[in-house]
Amino acid sequence: MALKIVKGSIDRMFDKNLQDLVRGIRNHKEDEAKYISTCIDEIKQELKQDNIAVKANAVCKLTYLQMLGYDVSWAAFNIVEVMSSSKFTYKRIGYLAASQCFHESTDVIMLTTNQIRKDLSSPNQYDTGVALTGLSCFVTPDLARDLANDIMTLMSHTKPYIRKKAVLIMYKVFLKYPESLRPAFPRLKEKLEDPDPGVQSAAVNVICELARRNPKNYLSLAPLFFKLMTSSTNNWVLIKIIKLFGALTPLEPRLGKKLIEPLTNLIHSTSAMSLLYECVNTVIAVLISLSSGMPNHSASIQLCVQKLRILIEDSDQNLKYLGLLAMSKILKTHPKSVQSHKDLILQCLDDKDESIRLRALDLLYGMVSKKNLMEIVKKLMLHVDKAEGTTYRDELLTKIIDICSQSNYQYITNFEWYISILVELTRLEGTRHGHLIASQMLDVAIRVKAIRAFAVAQMATLLDNAHLLTGNTQRNGICEVLYAAAWICGEFSEHLENPMQTLEAMLRPKVATLPGHIQAVYVQNAAKLFATVLRSQEGNTEGTAAQETSQLMIDRLPLFVQSANLEVQERASCILQLVKYIQKLQQKDVEVAEEVNALFAGELNPVAPKAQKKVPVPEGLDLDAWINEPPSESESEDEKPKAIFAKEEPKHSRPRHTEVDEKELARRREARKQEQANNPFYIKASPSSQKVYQDAPGVEHIPVVQIDLSVPLKVPGLPMSDQYVKLEEERRQKERAEKKKKEKKKRKEKRSGRGKKHDSGPESEEDITPAHMVDIVTEEMPENALPSDDDDKDPNDPHKALDIDLDKPLADSEKLPVRSHRPTEAPKSPAEDGDTESAAPQEPKKKSSKEKKEKKKDKEKDRKKSSKHKKKKQKKEKEEKEKKKKKKHHHHHHHSDGGGDESVQNGTVEEEEEPLPPMSNYCLLAENSYIKMVCDIQGNLQDGSQVVVSVIFENKCDSFLKSMEFNVLDSLNSKLQRPEGAGPHDGLTVPFQLPPGVSNEARFVFTVQSIVMPQKLKGTLTFIVKNEDSSTHEKLDFKLHFTCTSYLITTPCYSDAFAKLLESGDLKCSSVRLEGVNMPFHHLLARICFHHHFSVVERIDSCASMYSRSIQGHHVCLLVKTADQTVSIDAKCDEPSLLGNVLDEIKQTFSQC
Amino acid sequence: MIKAILIFNNHGKPRLIRFYQYFAEDLQQQIIRETFHLVSKRDDNVCNFLEGGSLIGGSDYKLIYRHYATLYFVFCVDSSESELGILDLIQVFVETLDKCFENVCELDLIFHMDKGGLSAAPARAVSAVKNMNLPEIPRNINIGDINIKVPSLSPF
Repeated sequence: MALKIVKGSIDRMFDKNLQDLVRGIRNHKEDEAKYISTCIDEIKQELKQDNIAVKANAVCKLTYLQMLGYDVSWAAFNIVEVMSSSKFTYKRIGYLAASQCFHESTDVIMLTTNQIRKDLSSPNQYDTGVALTGLSCFVTPDLARDLANDIMTLMSHTKPYIRKKAVLIMYKVFLKYPESLRPAFPRLKEKLEDPDPGVQSAAVNVICELARRNPKNYLSLAPLFFKLMTSSTNNWVLIKIIKLFGALTPLEPRLGKKLIEPLTNLIHSTSAMSLLYECVNTVIAVLISLSSGMPNHSASIQLCVQKLRILIEDSDQNLKYLGLLAMSKILKTHPKSVQSHKDLILQCLDDKDESIRLRALDLLYGMVSKKNLMEIVKKLMLHVDKAEGTTYRDELLTKIIDICSQSNYQYITNFEWYISILVELTRLEGTRHGHLIASQMLDVAIRVKAIRAFAVAQMATLLDNAHLLTGNTQRNGICEVLYAAAWICGEFSEHLENPMQTLEAMLRPKVATLPGHIQAVYVQNAAKLFATVLRSQEGNTEGTAAQETSQLMIDRLPLFVQSANLEVQERASCILQLVKYIQKLQQKDVEVAEEVNALFAGELNPVAPKAQKKVPVPEGLDLDAWINEPPSESESEDEKPKAIFAKEEPKHSRPRHTEVDEKELARRREARKQEQANNPFYIKASPSSQKVYQDAPGVEHIPVVQIDLSVPLKVPGLPMSDQYVKLEEERRQKERAEKKKKEKKKRKEKRSGRGKKHDSGPESEEDITPAHMVDIVTEEMPENALPSDDDDKDPNDPHKALDIDLDKPLADSEKLPVRSHRPTEAPKSPAEDGDTESAAPQEPKKKSSKEKKEKKKDKEKDRKKSSKHKKKKQKKEKEEKEKKKKKKHHHHHHHSDGGGDESVQNGTVEEEEEPLPPMSNYCLLAENSYIKMVCDIQGNLQDGSQVVVSVIFENKCDSFLKSMEFNVLDSLNSKLQRPEGAGPHDGLTVPFQLPPGVSNEARFVFTVQSIVMPQKLKGTLTFIVKNEDSSTHEKLDFKLHFTCTSYLITTPCYSDAFAKLLESGDLKCSSVRLEGVNMPFHHLLARICFHHHFSVVERIDSCASMYSRSIQGHHVCLLVKTADQTVSIDAKCDEPSLLGNVLDEIKQTFSQC
Repeated sequence: MIKAILIFNNHGKPRLIRFYQYFAEDLQQQIIRETFHLVSKRDDNVCNFLEGGSLIGGSDYKLIYRHYATLYFVFCVDSSESELGILDLIQVFVETLDKCFENVCELDLIFHMDKGGLSAAPARAVSAVKNMNLPEIPRNINIGDINIKVPSLSPF
């Protein structure tokens, strides 16, 4: 006990880490939710602390809770904070959390753009890697647009680890920002031939994924893939390519022809089942595409089917499953070759694995023919009886119905058999598919006129035995069948042998326990029956019989009039009144039968399901026009409650009607038995199964007989479908015999009748003539229905946007959005720029990260005020989309002028102030007739002694530049970081080659010891210029200038922290004055921010405080004031010489303009 | 494409969940429950493929799973992936876990959620397999080779 207390207090002293959290949850099994809510409270406390380690730990715990289903989106901002930590272990936690819970509508995502960009360009490959992995999960259209260019640069990274990830994430970028596909595609294509198999495989994956959705745009890649397929030995890649070909062949049959051979070779040679399987699949796809107008590839089909048979016969369930799956594809075009394996597939129906049974069922669907339909369905019926579990049984049921009803009952030769199958299916207990059987019964009865008499007889028996169907469970879905039965009996009552009996069955009190809609049909059709009965009885001139029938109706109908179901009530009371009126007339000896029958005259024809849709709009009818002006808001609200009331399904909660007493039931049963015994058409039910149905009240008094469940339940008096199978066999045999006789005769008659035989079709199965002359009524369509193809494509499919022609050459306007920047060598005045910037020449070749920095600054400032500005910003983002670039500059510019203007409305300020001219930190490094180098130098946040130099190499000549080597003479203070093992004077190979006119960026890392002084390093670039006929070595010298500014890193600072820093008194002071600076104050600030890596802490009118930090942690604070073209800068820093140099550089910047 | 990787135990408790497409938390839990429901009632000797659940994906998606000791490893993939390939991938993934944690068991997954190996493990295994120039996809990996021990839970 004491120990527990100690442990508890320690827990409170130290924050829980993830392990403690997990352990805690396991220890609080009973009150888990409560425990977790206290944990979340703790986490909220931890997140409030400044210590990043504590925050990271808290976020880490949140990722676990998120997995358990707790919403952690409230911590999104903290996640961003952890993501921007400089320590990799924390950063990773941040990205993990972000990938788990960020999504498109997370608003803090837009704050991450710069952070991600920074991580992407980090010299540490793991930082880049984790950023790429995270980004793939939460990339938004905005992020994709802003970062596409950075990611594309990473596709040529030196490390395969990064290249691979960059290639893969491009897919997500394409999805979110389809415009990037065309500019990025050439490089993606290049990666198909990357030396690293991982990168290659990634590229194959991305292209396959793209091509799968829009195959036609990728046909031109087929030769390349074909080469890969024949040369690659990587099965993963092969599988992807082969799958891709499967998608391409339908579009280009010639490709298919070419593929068959290598694929069959692969099928023969490979030992990998997965590859074999995919090959077979693609061969099937090829064969399907070739099936029209080509000599049949029976050998290939045979090979496929044979291999699939091996798969299906395998003891491995997975192979069996896949074999069946592929088989079903062959089935569509080459049903014959599959049908020969019927034995195998029927065998699979007995498999213990449900998935395999379902697959086999699918196959059976396509395998039926007129010849084997009955046999197959018989097998299935056996399975229905054996099946355990209602889901599989229901599946069987739907399959049986599907198989039989497919293509307009094409394969059914004997509809009596089908009706009896349907009736047999009604014995299924607990099936959900009662309505399915019902609709089939209705459909067959309506459309096959010849079967009506039989169907009506069957339905009448069903109605008579309704209590067996409804049983004791009213939820039983099978009672839907009674709906069909009642309707058929009523509608086609002229076929009824004994309409009176059916009428009585329909008016039994027990009917009231059925669902409302069925009762309604009962009532309506009772009226139809009544009409039929009247006619027959009046014909007999026995007035009393007819009056008795009316009396029966009048006695029974009130039961329905009381129904809680409105529909039933309405119909019942209508009909009751009608019958009462008829009775009155009958008492006056008026013949009414004809008139009553006239009520239900007319045939109901089936209507095609799409008929309504296809009715053409008559000329001059405007469906969109108001018929009445829409009512005002308030009115519609008044009406609402009524509508709700009308919609409500009244529940049939009325008490069950008292049952007919046991004696009566027994008497009826006896009578029925008697009748059935006398009727030669009834098949006698076995006595044991008879007992099963005695579920009426008072069961306990009946001696219970052991039920033999292996005997299928039978509805007494219903014919068994099996009989029909036998009958059908006999009939067919007879027919065949007759035919033979006839044929012999005909042959004797000098083959005069030969043409007739051909008419019946070339296929042997077509010879089977239907038992009935069935006239399958086709569904009615409106006159001049419009032929239309239904558009099945989902308009929301993101891949639709990627349907882009990739073969067209890139237009100048198509490039990834690198925001335009002013070329350093040709600065323009800001005023001029404002008007012309949208038209300013963009250098397409410098797809670089120049503009990144500009944005970075703004974003960092944004972060400070993000909470206030989130909403405004979102709005602005929208505007941005509309007015693209120009607007964008306004936007940045607004944010860069800091806090002073915050109260001013965004929109108005933007219009008034001059736009900020584009800026770039890239400065010319060296240039000759072959190549131009521009570079940007930046400190590395993660490592206080590192500086990253990004150099853009631009090929200016018409030749190919290769084998570029970058070398720098190290000084004591600064050294180029070379790979391990390289000598101190070795050059670094630039990781790419430059085709004519192309530029690319490479990064080099330098180690610096002291950062207080600027430095210059001499260096050389050597490269080979390769023409068609010659190649020459060339060399270019350059001087790399490390300014003190480049050691500064933009770091946001809160004003209170800034004040504390100044108060501390550790900082040395210095100041500088700039004369004749002729630019708006916000431009001035933006320039300092941009070129010298400062951030604005606070701005009040024409005075601003700024802050920056060096890579070694020196604080640099500025106070900038302006008055009449004079700018005074007071600066404080803990390292005076650094400060002096930075100020000199600032001065220089402004003297230049 | 792999849409999601779900690892849960015999009772449906999530142990490592990774969605490569955004779903709200409650929907995620629903998917896990549904998947568990589908997977858990299957015997060990039936096939490892399931036509996708209704929540995730639709007809184009398949659930491919393996069951090791107390854990189910379920991958939800679309039709562009090779079914047998994914099965091998699961195998390699489990082997990778086994290497990371030496005789991996359910508790490793529970307690080392944050281990670098785990947060990126699926992705890593994917790339590992895809890079391994496997001469033939090792369908024949003997599952018995992997030694997954489940210590009793009492120490905690």
